[in-house]
Amino acid sequence: MAYEAGVDRDKAERFRLAALPYLDDVYTLARYLLRNNADAEDAAQECYLRAFRHFETFRGGPIKPWLLAILRNVCRAEYARRGMLAGTLSDNFDETECATTGLWSEAPSPETETLQRLDGETVQQLIAQLPQAFSEVIVLREINDLSYREIADVTGVPVGTVMSRLARGRALLRAAWLAEEKG
Amino acid sequence: MTCDEAEVMLHALIDDELDAGHARDVEAHAATCQRCAAQLAAYRDLQHAMQRNNLRYAAPASLRRSIDRAVPSTVTTSRRTLLKGFAIGSLASAVAASGLTLLVVREDQDKRILGEAVSAHLRSLQADHLSDVLSSDQHTVKPWFNGRIDLAPPVIDLTAQGFTLIGGRLDFIDGKPVAAIVYRRREHVINLFVAQGVEIPVTSPRLERVHGFNVRRWTDQGLNFLAISDLNRDELEEFATKFERAARPAGAT
Repeated sequence: MAYEAGVDRDKAERFRLAALPYLDDVYTLARYLLRNNADAEDAAQECYLRAFRHFETFRGGPIKPWLLAILRNVCRAEYARRGMLAGTLSDNFDETECATTGLWSEAPSPETETLQRLDGETVQQLIAQLPQAFSEVIVLREINDLSYREIADVTGVPVGTVMSRLARGRALLRAAWLAEEKG
Repeated sequence: MTCDEAEVMLHALIDDELDAGHARDVEAHAATCQRCAAQLAAYRDLQHAMQRNNLRYAAPASLRRSIDRAVPSTVTTSRRTLLKGFAIGSLASAVAASGLTLLVVREDQDKRILGEAVSAHLRSLQADHLSDVLSSDQHTVKPWFNGRIDLAPPVIDLTAQGFTLIGGRLDFIDGKPVAAIVYRRREHVINLFVAQGVEIPVTSPRLERVHGFNVRRWTDQGLNFLAISDLNRDELEEFATKFERAARPAGAT
């Protein structure tokens, strides 16, 4: 009994050292996906509890993508609870839908405009307002600093899909940024 | 390469995800296609514009604390144990506030503080987390803390003694703001946490080893100091001794 408690404590310490340094990363993704502080805090907490429970199944390598994949599952459960529109964060997100509804913005004109400076909070909002399939790849790439391969693992889609979502997501974000500048 | 292909590949180019051969292909296409060149420039611009902003959200200290407390008690994994964790946490604070010294609670808290110091140290070693004010000048670092924290930490230049001042930042231990002063010796970073009111109960200076890091704690003029580093024991002891000596007002022994 005492021995087992010792093992658990050891596990807890290893988990803390490995996982806690990434709390800001986990919280950041949660905040973007759920769009408010309280839900993001709950999701991050649930993510860490689940991660700890399943820490034995973690097979080494970078732990950040593993944590973010768990977080994403927690967020999807939260979406289900909220009864949000199906497909917002689903794996079989229909990308042609965006093309036909005109979300797929025009390519930048040759006389490229340089983006003006916006404050961080505004940019955060612009990202959070994108359709989830796009905002999540942008956050995972630009803010969580994951590789395409890692993003593919976290989101459960092929690397090619990650690339096309990133391309569309950036097009949408850039269009939204320019629109924001023009007020 | 067609424009359709280039349109997607150029993102992989700016994300450094292409091997040299493919990178050359995209660049060669952009060199001959005005439209794709404009896109490449536009998305590089977007990436730079994003990097100019801090788009991360910082996890609240209360969240960090509650996860930290919940972890060891989740062995039986239920909501109930989590709540129990909170109750014990507030008992610890209540006892600490009342000034009672309850050995068990103190030991518990002591462990937590050491654990949090290790976490804070590890966090600081990640890119861009080391310091908020980057300066080897003590007269720049010290005033930076004014208004940011409720104490005036002694910031001492120990360059002559072999410990280079790198800068300072605000950090959190046990949910309370602490001043972190950062030094470097060779490749080793030393975080010196300075706190007031944070319970780092130390009667005499001591050096201990926590999760592979050396930790040296002492108290001086009402402030609690905790130095942590992967530096070896002797050199961390040397750092603390030199810091303490330099911190003492001239003439005092």
